[in-house]
Amino acid sequence: MSNVFIALQTNEDTRQIIEAIVQDNPHAVVNEQPAMVKIDAEGKLVVRRETIEELIGRSYDLQELQVNLITMSGNLDQTDDEMILYWNA
Amino acid sequence: MDMQVAKKKLGLKERYAVMTRGLDWTPSYQKMEDIYPYMAYEGIKIHDWDKWEDPFRLTMDAYWKYQSEKERKLYSVLDAYIQSNGHLNVTDARYLNTVKLFVSGISPLEYVAHRGFAHAGRQFPGPGPRVACLMQSLDEIRHAQTQIHAVSNYNKYYNGMHDFHHAHDRVWFLSVPKSFFDDAITAGPFEFMVAIGFSFEYVLTNLLFVPFVSGAAYNGDMGTMTFGFSAQSDEARHMTLGLEVIKFILQQDPANVPIVQRWIDKWTWRGYRVLTLVAMMMDYMLPKRTMSWKEAWEVYFEQNGGALFKDLARYGITIPKCTEHIALEKDHLSHQAWSTFYNYAAATNFHTWMPDADEMEWLSAKYPESYDKYYRPRMEFWREEAAKGNRFYNKTLPMLCQTCQIPLVFTEPGDPTKICYREVDYKEDKYHFCSDHCKKIFEDEPEKYVQAWLPVHQIYQGNCFPEGTDPTVEGFDPLAAVIKYYHLEFGRDNLDFEGSEDQKNFAEWRGQATKNA
Repeated sequence: MSNVFIALQTNEDTRQIIEAIVQDNPHAVVNEQPAMVKIDAEGKLVVRRETIEELIGRSYDLQELQVNLITMSGNLDQTDDEMILYWNA
Repeated sequence: MDMQVAKKKLGLKERYAVMTRGLDWTPSYQKMEDIYPYMAYEGIKIHDWDKWEDPFRLTMDAYWKYQSEKERKLYSVLDAYIQSNGHLNVTDARYLNTVKLFVSGISPLEYVAHRGFAHAGRQFPGPGPRVACLMQSLDEIRHAQTQIHAVSNYNKYYNGMHDFHHAHDRVWFLSVPKSFFDDAITAGPFEFMVAIGFSFEYVLTNLLFVPFVSGAAYNGDMGTMTFGFSAQSDEARHMTLGLEVIKFILQQDPANVPIVQRWIDKWTWRGYRVLTLVAMMMDYMLPKRTMSWKEAWEVYFEQNGGALFKDLARYGITIPKCTEHIALEKDHLSHQAWSTFYNYAAATNFHTWMPDADEMEWLSAKYPESYDKYYRPRMEFWREEAAKGNRFYNKTLPMLCQTCQIPLVFTEPGDPTKICYREVDYKEDKYHFCSDHCKKIFEDEPEKYVQAWLPVHQIYQGNCFPEGTDPTVEGFDPLAAVIKYYHLEFGRDNLDFEGSEDQKNFAEWRGQATKNA
């Protein structure tokens, strides 16, 4: 299965989001680059609202992610609770 | 009982449905084909526009909220950057030439993209894609504006940027990105979406923005880094739109597959040719390199694009054939491009230079198959000649490819010692091409590409001199007249970085910033 990825700006907003992604996706590989963090994962990557909320201690709307997003790869499906990136093949 | 029950807010899916469906009515006294006149002629068949869905499920209310947040962040950083004389913190003044390339080559395309998505959005009968196109159209004009605002600070101090849009419409090499986008917006709305939304945004944008932006970050250019990241946060949405466009069109009718395949083949190649500018920027123009062009191509196209095309295989889409050619070129592209610009530096709005010994070492390490064998010797020769006072400027105009408009400087796939050269006879005229792919694109639509405004032809026809120029007077210097027509100042905006005003000023100002004058 191919890798999907998501890249976020390196800043104080994304520090815990990245932590949440790593918690929810043990197979994900974090790759720190100049000013950005790229997270690769084989097949599928899930960003969960609840995990982020636990880490940041406030309610969070997954659409806020838009502000710090750099790029991504894979088919996307977003709901109130999850943002999923996946390949079918 | 009169108790107030908090009304449950709509979930994301319901909110998206409410805000993007059922917004239309069935026309009673106008025909659908009169209201949407461009929907049929490209041959794409759409049966149910409501099957379209934006997987981010972004609605206009949320769009404004997050975009305004991005703008506030961007402009506060820009203010701080300008107030602290941030331009003096870049690695060295050579870096500024990437900014010149960006504002004259790329920013005007953002504006054309704005127009293109506004047009495509107007033409699609489905409200889902229309909302997505509206957002992207607004994003693109925001990108044009924020880039111009960010770069205007550099324009106060450095040369070559003062009339970037005038340059974009005229300067020889800028016709490469310009004609690429002109080609896209003059196509039908479906082809435009495949060209820009899919092939450029999804397949290639990572190669444009990520290297430019992380290059800026690495070289201390906070202004460019900030507008770049701000724009890039929209790109993730554009990429998603691009992928959805393709899946939607392919799912609607099997007859769409071969049409879409031809467009993907065409636009992957067209976009790749434009990225030549990025390749040389990464390998030669950034004083501190992030990754080589070859590495970026491997990560963002071969791995990521490979995954994408594997996923699209179930629709019958295959990876464009041109990628085999590109794989053969990846060891050569940036070196051939930079050599060309070094040659033609008398006619550019930025400076060029030869890499120093350390930089050549980096190039050898990144390109073990090609740099020492083919490119180092000629670059060392040019460097030695320049040191002796013989900096060489080529003043003979090159032959251009009719499709991509790049001079015929690329070599045969698999043979880096031989220039690749193709030609086609069409209606009593001869047309020249840089590759089999550009030739095929021409052969598929000759009536479109015979109209290309090729800078070299235009110069020879006398169309690129200031008004009132008499090219018949004795001692007429055509290059000087062309530079004036470009609104560039000879000896100030062009030529080698060594000895340039930018170099001198930057050194002096940086000195003032660290010492008491």
